[in-house]
Amino acid sequence: MITIVMGSFQSLPDDHQYRTLSQKTGFSLEQIAILHNRFKQLSQNEETLRRDDLKTIQDLESNPIRSQIIEAFFDSRNFQKEGVGSVEEIGFEEFLTVMSYFRAPPQHITEEQREEMRRAKLRFLFNMHDTDNDGTITLEEYRHVVEELLSRSGALGRETAKGIADAAMLEVASISVGPMAPDEFYEGITFEHFLKVCKFVHLYA
Amino acid sequence: EKEDIYIDYCGMFILVLGLLVGSLMPLGGAASSPDTGTGHGGSHGNKDPGYAKNGNGTTYSKKPFPVLSFDYEHVRLPFEISLWVLLASLMKLGFHLIPRVSSIVPESCLLIVVGLLVGGLIKLVGEDPPVLESKIFFFYLLPPIILDAGYFMPIRQFTENLGTILMFAVVGTLWNSFFVGGLLYGVCQLEGHKLAYVDLLSCLLFGSIISAVDPVAVLAVFEEIHINELLHILVFGESLLNDAVTVVLYHLFEEYSSVGLITVTDVFLGIVCFLVVSLGGIVVGAIYGILAAFTSRFTSHTRVIEPLFVFVYSYMAYLSAEVFHLSGIMALIACGAVMRPYVEANISHKSHTTIKYFLKMWSSVSDTLIFIFLGVSTVAGPHQWNWTFVVATLIFCLVARVLGVVGLTFVINKFRIVKLTSKDQFIIAYGGLRGAIAFSLVYLLNPEHFPMRNMFLTAIITVIFFTVFVQGMTIRPLVDLLAVKKKQETKRSINEEIHTQFLDHLLTGIEDICGHYGHHHWKDKLNRFNKKYVKKCLIAGERSKEPQLIAFYHKMEMKQAIELVESGGGSKLPSALPSTVSMQNIQPKKPSQDRALPQLSKAREEEIRKILRTNLQRTRQRLRSYNRHTLIADPYEDGWNEMLIKRKKMKELEKKMNNYLTVPAPPPDSPTIARARLASDPQAWGLKSVTESIPTIKVDLASPQSPESVNVVDEFSKKGSQPKEEEGGLTMKVPSPAKQRKDKTPDEEPQQRLMRCLSDPGPAAEEEDEDDPFLPQKKSW
Repeated sequence: MITIVMGSFQSLPDDHQYRTLSQKTGFSLEQIAILHNRFKQLSQNEETLRRDDLKTIQDLESNPIRSQIIEAFFDSRNFQKEGVGSVEEIGFEEFLTVMSYFRAPPQHITEEQREEMRRAKLRFLFNMHDTDNDGTITLEEYRHVVEELLSRSGALGRETAKGIADAAMLEVASISVGPMAPDEFYEGITFEHFLKVCKFVHLYA
Repeated sequence: EKEDIYIDYCGMFILVLGLLVGSLMPLGGAASSPDTGTGHGGSHGNKDPGYAKNGNGTTYSKKPFPVLSFDYEHVRLPFEISLWVLLASLMKLGFHLIPRVSSIVPESCLLIVVGLLVGGLIKLVGEDPPVLESKIFFFYLLPPIILDAGYFMPIRQFTENLGTILMFAVVGTLWNSFFVGGLLYGVCQLEGHKLAYVDLLSCLLFGSIISAVDPVAVLAVFEEIHINELLHILVFGESLLNDAVTVVLYHLFEEYSSVGLITVTDVFLGIVCFLVVSLGGIVVGAIYGILAAFTSRFTSHTRVIEPLFVFVYSYMAYLSAEVFHLSGIMALIACGAVMRPYVEANISHKSHTTIKYFLKMWSSVSDTLIFIFLGVSTVAGPHQWNWTFVVATLIFCLVARVLGVVGLTFVINKFRIVKLTSKDQFIIAYGGLRGAIAFSLVYLLNPEHFPMRNMFLTAIITVIFFTVFVQGMTIRPLVDLLAVKKKQETKRSINEEIHTQFLDHLLTGIEDICGHYGHHHWKDKLNRFNKKYVKKCLIAGERSKEPQLIAFYHKMEMKQAIELVESGGGSKLPSALPSTVSMQNIQPKKPSQDRALPQLSKAREEEIRKILRTNLQRTRQRLRSYNRHTLIADPYEDGWNEMLIKRKKMKELEKKMNNYLTVPAPPPDSPTIARARLASDPQAWGLKSVTESIPTIKVDLASPQSPESVNVVDEFSKKGSQPKEEEGGLTMKVPSPAKQRKDKTPDEEPQQRLMRCLSDPGPAAEEEDEDDPFLPQKKSW
């Protein structure tokens, strides 16, 4: 007998499960089938996906933020259940949930729903930067982001990364908080500030 | 004072008109007149070519030496051209002196009116006003405008909306042409005797000419209303890309209108021709663009002629495309767009400014001339007014445009993520202005093949006038009324740049994980190909390896440095980049564990201090402040690397100086002073705990006022005071008495970590050496 384990799928596609997933993530049934095939391909037909499986993807090699992308798949904050910390392996449901952040928005949705989707995407982005999960992106974390972006540029990249991150942090601080007396401290970019800063960034899948 | 302006303006106007008319007068009989008699005591005698020419075969009779002669024919052509250009520029000047008018009426309308006036005046004088000759228009007046548009085209938005733009340009123009042409033919047939001779193909030809949205007119009007970028790029992109369609349709109908018949083969060939024309134009442009980029790689020793290469290569691209009857406009756009990233990486800042200003200047003058000539040609041109035809044309054009836009948007919105609202559609439809290109194309028609050419001319001029005047004037209040989103005047911030790049990589990565080769995947591949091969060939030296983020950042810094210099330097600048927040404000609030340290014994304290000190050294931040006052006042143009080298040298200089100083960097006494001290350190020294009190030394290394001057100040007396924020230099302060320190150190060390690192790119922090703790530490530049 095939038993359904929480979070994992039986190897035969089950219409009912697809339907629940479709409702949860918003993908259509065909899209879920396609992604499921991809999942099975990546995980070599196992039930769960591990980090190493994702590392085998060739095209991903040249991506400077590869490790962060892979991490994002294993970060419980993105699973839409109230979890924290990272896990070692994920099932198809989690895979699909993470993918759903990048789904193209459907045709007829209201302005609020669109705003909500955008917020969710930005939250995903925020979580990618906020590695220690304290709700703010500190200077160190931001530095790390910029360093990763420039990681393929050698020494010159490393040196300037700090400068760029600092200037960027300053900008966020002044946009969100305004003039600050020497006494005050700006701890880090909160999600609200992040939203403000990313106002002009275009998000599309 | 307004009176004065009016008087000035009128005076100028009259002067120029007078000159112009006066210069046209001698046209009729202006033969060169060698002898103007004797003794006009002019200080200089003119050379007299006519005199020499008179010696041809006639008997040579001695005449008195002409001291002063009038020879207008000699310089007639350049003189007139210059006069026209002068007139155009003075007009432009004049309009902006009268603020009220220029805010209601767009410039293009005013210029046409001026043209009408000038044309009228010339006619009054009895001369034939010059008509906008198609050759002059297509070879001299149009290219600067298109090059200006193409070179400064926002590539990212253009490619994002390329599908939409192509739909509007190709399908929209086709729809317009056939709709207008077909319906006009119907009207002509219905009308009866007067218009019956207009056959279908001529109507279709006319339709194709008149349905093309004109880039010159669009630019002229849209530039003034500051509409949001999406709409701007849609309408403008459409006006550029429909050139290919217009060229093909024009040639197709012109060729076959004499035959009077078009077969299916012809239509098929027409489609092939369209592809050839557009893609061929782009390829030609791209080739010249790459050539220009390659040439600019070697211009580091002859910076002066760099702008010339840009202009000449682009013009050659245009002309080469015209040789093969390909789309010259598309070639020009492709050339400008392809060469720009590479050329800008290679040329000096001054050349970049030169290019920018020359292009703007030329396109501005061209634009003005075009509209003036349009006015003059209206007065001059042979007209044949036919109420039915003209009114029908006007109505059909408007209707076709609206229907086309609405229909296409309906289809396009299915594929777009950011949908076009009805407000957008209205603006797109309303912004479809016709202009001088249509006029010139009709003017090119051969009157023998097209007996109705004059009627066409009249109709086209009417439509142009209507769109430019009525639509041009009303679009601004309509935009305000409909509350269409305006252009956002924000500078592109470094945060946006970071996140946009991050997002690009992220989306590419997701696509790779999905196994779906979408938009980002290919864009990423293209970028990598660009970086690996193309940039190496086309960009000189070090810049080829510079990643985009760093280039952007350097540009930003350069801009600010230049702003600093231009504003006089030294004084506090209000600017977009915050000077109100400094790095000291940005620090992580250390979790309370650090503060909860209990009272410790002295030995333990020492231990803790040591540990914290080593931590501090490891996590040292960039110490050079991003405070503008310490930025080197004259940024070198030739590469950031020179600056880095200079900083390295200065760093070494410091190193040498350090060996002679025995001043350790003590911990600060109170948080306020600590921060104040940090605030004044462009290179903050690592703060070490030190027990002795030592006089401090202020070294002003990079302040504009006193480079590399060293002032020794006895800080001990100024312990409690807060030093000025602006002072650049290394400041090592006196340590506080031990007791105070004991309390504060555990609290402050984490805060001391935060040296102000308002940063510059510079050597990495890791390069500092860990010396004897009692020597001041190196700061990184």
